[in-house]
Amino acid sequence: MALPALLVFAAFGILPLVGVLLLSFTSWDGIGVIHPAGLASWRAVLSDPGLPHALWVTFKIMALSWLVQTPLSILIGVFLAGHQRYREVLAVLYFIPLLLSSAAIAITYKALLDPNFGLGAGLHLSLLTQDWLGKGKLAVGVIIFVVSWQYIPFHSLIYQGAVRQIPRSMYEAAQLDGAGRVRMFFRITLPQLKYTIITSSTLMVVGSLVFFDLIFVLTEGGPGDATRVLALLMYKQGFQANLMGQASAIAVILVLVGLALALLLRRIGGRNASASQLEGA
Amino acid sequence: MESRPLSRRTFLGLAAGATAGLALDACGSSGPTKAGSGGGGGNAATGSATYWFLTGPPGQQIRQHSVDRFNKANPSTQIKATTFQNDAYKTKIKTAIGAGQAPTIIWGWGGGGLRSYVQANQVEDLTSWFDQNKTVKDRLFPSSFGAATINGKIYAMPAETVQPIVLFYNKTLFEKVGAEPPQSWGDLMNLVPKFNAAKIAPISLGGQSRWTNMMWLEFLFDRIGGPEVFQAVFDGEKGAWSNPAAIEGLTKAQELIKANGFVKGFSSITADSNADQALLYTGKAAMMLHGTWTYGNMAEAGGDFVSGGHLGYMNFPPVEGGKGDPTDTVGNPGQYYSISSKATSEQKDIAKKFFATQVLSNDEVKEWIDNGAVPIVRGTQSQLGAAKGADFLKFVYGIASNAKVFAQSWDQALSPTAAEKLLDNIAKLFQLSITPQQFASNMNQVIGQ
Repeated sequence: MALPALLVFAAFGILPLVGVLLLSFTSWDGIGVIHPAGLASWRAVLSDPGLPHALWVTFKIMALSWLVQTPLSILIGVFLAGHQRYREVLAVLYFIPLLLSSAAIAITYKALLDPNFGLGAGLHLSLLTQDWLGKGKLAVGVIIFVVSWQYIPFHSLIYQGAVRQIPRSMYEAAQLDGAGRVRMFFRITLPQLKYTIITSSTLMVVGSLVFFDLIFVLTEGGPGDATRVLALLMYKQGFQANLMGQASAIAVILVLVGLALALLLRRIGGRNASASQLEGA
Repeated sequence: MESRPLSRRTFLGLAAGATAGLALDACGSSGPTKAGSGGGGGNAATGSATYWFLTGPPGQQIRQHSVDRFNKANPSTQIKATTFQNDAYKTKIKTAIGAGQAPTIIWGWGGGGLRSYVQANQVEDLTSWFDQNKTVKDRLFPSSFGAATINGKIYAMPAETVQPIVLFYNKTLFEKVGAEPPQSWGDLMNLVPKFNAAKIAPISLGGQSRWTNMMWLEFLFDRIGGPEVFQAVFDGEKGAWSNPAAIEGLTKAQELIKANGFVKGFSSITADSNADQALLYTGKAAMMLHGTWTYGNMAEAGGDFVSGGHLGYMNFPPVEGGKGDPTDTVGNPGQYYSISSKATSEQKDIAKKFFATQVLSNDEVKEWIDNGAVPIVRGTQSQLGAAKGADFLKFVYGIASNAKVFAQSWDQALSPTAAEKLLDNIAKLFQLSITPQQFASNMNQVIGQ
């Protein structure tokens, strides 16, 4: 039964990975002949100050976007778990950003945030008329905002489903004991969501390693290299500087970082992370 | 702006379908491969050549018209065109060539990019073809062949127009603040506080595209130290970026940035969106250093900005005490069409026929001139004088023909690897996150690569 899936995974997952690993030991301009180059590409990549900087930017965006997204997603998810009619309507509205492509979102935000022709300039709101994408710190903030805007609906959906799975009897028992709403949230809902939080965090953290389209369209990694994450560094080395060997080495680093983070998050979740917490399970 | 190309492409798709059907009737045996070959790129089709080029007015339409004329005149040998945005194309074409999926006709800028194709044996040597077709060669500006020639051989057909970079300005805004166009770098620096006080951005710049910032350095280097300064870099001389003239140019650029010479938020403006031009013609910025290729778009999108005579233009002013000749210019001495060596011989023949009969045909020359561009064809002065934007055309022709040195843009002249490093450091220089000295030492490390 698993054979077709395994074949697809081997063809589109493992094979390119091996290819990239091999390419990282070569020098290739993307057009001409591939020359074996031993460790030259690796040496160049590891001694480039651009690499630690890109790693730092990647982790900064990863951590901050997780910090913004997780509490908001949980709260919206809990809110949407109620069965009231108006909440169902709101759920549909919240879902809209998820239906748009990252490139379209980025182009729209870029136009809205334009300091000369954007929303702030058009409405003469000086607060909105900042050099949003032209100042390093602001640009990082904008990226975190847009990423959150795009992905909070998805994670809210996960939390909504998880909250609905929590047995009602637990809340009823708590109410009998005189617990208030806030207390029930912290004592029942949040602990019951533990594994959902781990799942959602894994998706966020590993997903943020490959943010590319959004940042590429919004800032191209700029201003300067303020938003140049690992994936963008890889693209620039490979497709703009024609250094495919170095780009492949960066890609391997990207894979290793992703694997390490996914493993770490599984560890935090404990060995029985996928076990159910429900009654009778 | 977006709806036009789309509808035209749809129409062309239909047209191509119809002609393919005709071809099927005409020659039964080779038909199926032809009819089955839809889609954009690659050399999948044997009976037709493919051609990729850039979007944006007016060039896109003019290139398309030449293709249309060719297809109409040669029903059995068609050219299929696919268009791309400037910055996206630079990546796309490299990837396609590397993957063996290049179009038959490769549109390009010559110089360092062309050299990387030549080194990988990806483009045809056209030297003997030009020897056999003297008439094609002799009617073009001789200066246009420099960027097409690698190791003494010609690998591209120079085409389209000569595009020096010039200083555009908004005459209305200059009148408003009572200022004259700058005759020197000092004048330019004095204009900055004047315009800022009037709440007008002194200079428009699409800084996110990075090569836009580079144009300022190209002129500063030339005016201060002459063309030798960059030539030394190009020739791979050790420490060439530390030349005192280079350091002075870099310092002057940063002085201009620190004085708020460039529009607020310039580092997040892209040239592909034409927002830098919009700043000039909507009266939000007073000056813009840009290629003459922007004239056509400003004429089309700027209302009466160009037709009403509000657009001013001049060559980059001299820098006080500089060694450079103020007639020198920088830019594109032409555009360059190469033929993929991976194309079939039939496709190569189609491409060569296209070069000989339609590229810079009299019809195409007229269209370029009507759109405010100077084709690289000799002896068009009388046509230029009679055209709609005659003053601008004569100005461009004058710059191109009077320039002691017509240098190619740095990023096109250098290898892609060195160009990327250069653009990266230029972006940082314009962010003021590195000093001129750091810039020079970063760039000295990659000299000759």
